[in-house]
Amino acid sequence: MTEDAGVIDAAFAGRIGGFDLNVDFQAPLSGVTALFGASGCGKTTILRCIAGLHRMPGRLSVGGRAWQDDVAGTFRPAHKRRVGYVFQEPSLFPHLTVRGNLTYGAKRAPRDGNGTPPVDFDQVVDLLGIGGLLDRAPIKLSGGERQRVAVGRALLAEPRLLLMDEPLSALDRSTKEEILSYFEALHQELNIPILYVSHDIAEVTRLADRMVVLSRGGKVADGPVGEILERLDLQPMTGRFEAGVMLTATVAGQDREFSLTRLDHHGQTLAIPAIDAPDGTTLRLRVRARDVSLAIHPPTGISIRNVLAGAVVEIREEPDTAFAETLIDIGGGRLRARITRHSVADLELAPGKPVYALIKSITFDRRSLG
Amino acid sequence: MPDLSGLWPPIRLTLELASVTTIALLIIGTPIAWWLARSKARWKEAVAAVVALPLVLPPTVLGFYLLVAMGPDGPGGWLAGLWGERSLAFTFEGLVIGSVFYSMPFVVQPIRNAFEAFGDRPLEVAATLHASPWDAFWSVALPLARPGFLTGAVLGFAHTVGEFGVVLMIGGNIPGETKVLSVAIYDFVETLRWTEAHILAGGMLIFAFVVILSMMLIEKRLGKPQP
Repeated sequence: MTEDAGVIDAAFAGRIGGFDLNVDFQAPLSGVTALFGASGCGKTTILRCIAGLHRMPGRLSVGGRAWQDDVAGTFRPAHKRRVGYVFQEPSLFPHLTVRGNLTYGAKRAPRDGNGTPPVDFDQVVDLLGIGGLLDRAPIKLSGGERQRVAVGRALLAEPRLLLMDEPLSALDRSTKEEILSYFEALHQELNIPILYVSHDIAEVTRLADRMVVLSRGGKVADGPVGEILERLDLQPMTGRFEAGVMLTATVAGQDREFSLTRLDHHGQTLAIPAIDAPDGTTLRLRVRARDVSLAIHPPTGISIRNVLAGAVVEIREEPDTAFAETLIDIGGGRLRARITRHSVADLELAPGKPVYALIKSITFDRRSLG
Repeated sequence: MPDLSGLWPPIRLTLELASVTTIALLIIGTPIAWWLARSKARWKEAVAAVVALPLVLPPTVLGFYLLVAMGPDGPGGWLAGLWGERSLAFTFEGLVIGSVFYSMPFVVQPIRNAFEAFGDRPLEVAATLHASPWDAFWSVALPLARPGFLTGAVLGFAHTVGEFGVVLMIGGNIPGETKVLSVAIYDFVETLRWTEAHILAGGMLIFAFVVILSMMLIEKRLGKPQP
């Protein structure tokens, strides 16, 4: 085993559509790494190159094995790469039942002699909740059910790496929500690394540990999701309306009377509508910049309950607009607040100035980070 | 009561010719259809046009060239020389070769359409599920293109049964060797033997109907997904 055994090392360069793609990135062979960027920035092409469905000059090694090396003339064909691929559309085989689809890749999965037990059919079927569909024809399934079967089919082919190309984009909002919770369960139960292509920052914040930000065929940044979200300079890419940060907090207690759950965030307390989680559970919270207001004195007589003391770290005014993005240190975590430039001037905000961050709304994801 | 014993040999010969031709066309036509559907070569439409020529050519023109090619001085003559004959013309083997050319577009076109209809995606999915291209062809492409194969086989068979002009040019009218149904019917009409002509023509009508209907029913039954 070489030292890069736990890493995906990819670099591709070439022309696609109307622009040049030129990316070079590394991702760990664990957890979820998002390839994030606007439509048409080349994310899907990168994923197809990794799967071997598309060939572009470059190099690729996964877990220390060269899958593509133009210098040595290596190009491992798609069917010999141990990847699972979930396409935007479920793309189930219409001539096979759900069971036939699920076992198609399992039957052909390469058996290596190192004694790793095969992925358990029943476990995958249970995790995805598709046990009742096995004898059905794909055409008789709903959109969400089809995508779940497609994920199961990819997993049962025993991939070392799961590639997902905007698997939720063809689904409506409520189905998306349902599938996301299945993905979280999968991620917890089966320890398989995932490369996840998406243009939806909320989806990325919820699922991914690391992200590679792409724009116009090039890499703009990569790193842990939390760090990327705190970078104001990436804001044009990470979105205005949905922009925000990720915080981690632990459950500190329940307030039965008002149906609230108290959370501890580095010594400061937050309250969210009650959730069913034992004390000490680590939660991942998402706070959007537009849901945070700032005050320079502790506010009184207002309905907002979540007020955190902190200090301004950075202010980025957007020229020719009414707005400014600010980054606030709240002791162990950072918040972004989207406020008007007028407020910045009026409150005389500047780096280092103590402020109170008023949080209007928090979304959380149950996934424990422990 | 007219003598009906003369009816059977042309029927048997026609069924033999159509069966052999259809099988040959499925074997030859499938790779051609696959290539036409998948290749990105610019000149592939020229090949497609050559395959489609019999659709627009008068059968006598096709028959004339085939006759020349099969004669003692053509490649057919050389081929026939391998088993001691002078020429492929006026033989059953010659009829099969002629029919393969004549019916090719009716087999290749539906199969090509079926291969094109499902696009690249199912084959890409198969590749990511560890199926080699050969494996994916058998386990995914063929089952998905099955309606095209059925249509192609039915059309190829029926078209060979109904062949007349080409047969007359390259096969003539040798009983038991090249005298097929359509020629026999023509003969009976020419000699005013209307009863025999009626029996053969009516029989073909019923036969054609039964073949097409059963193909449709079979397709409906086979259309169910397999585990």
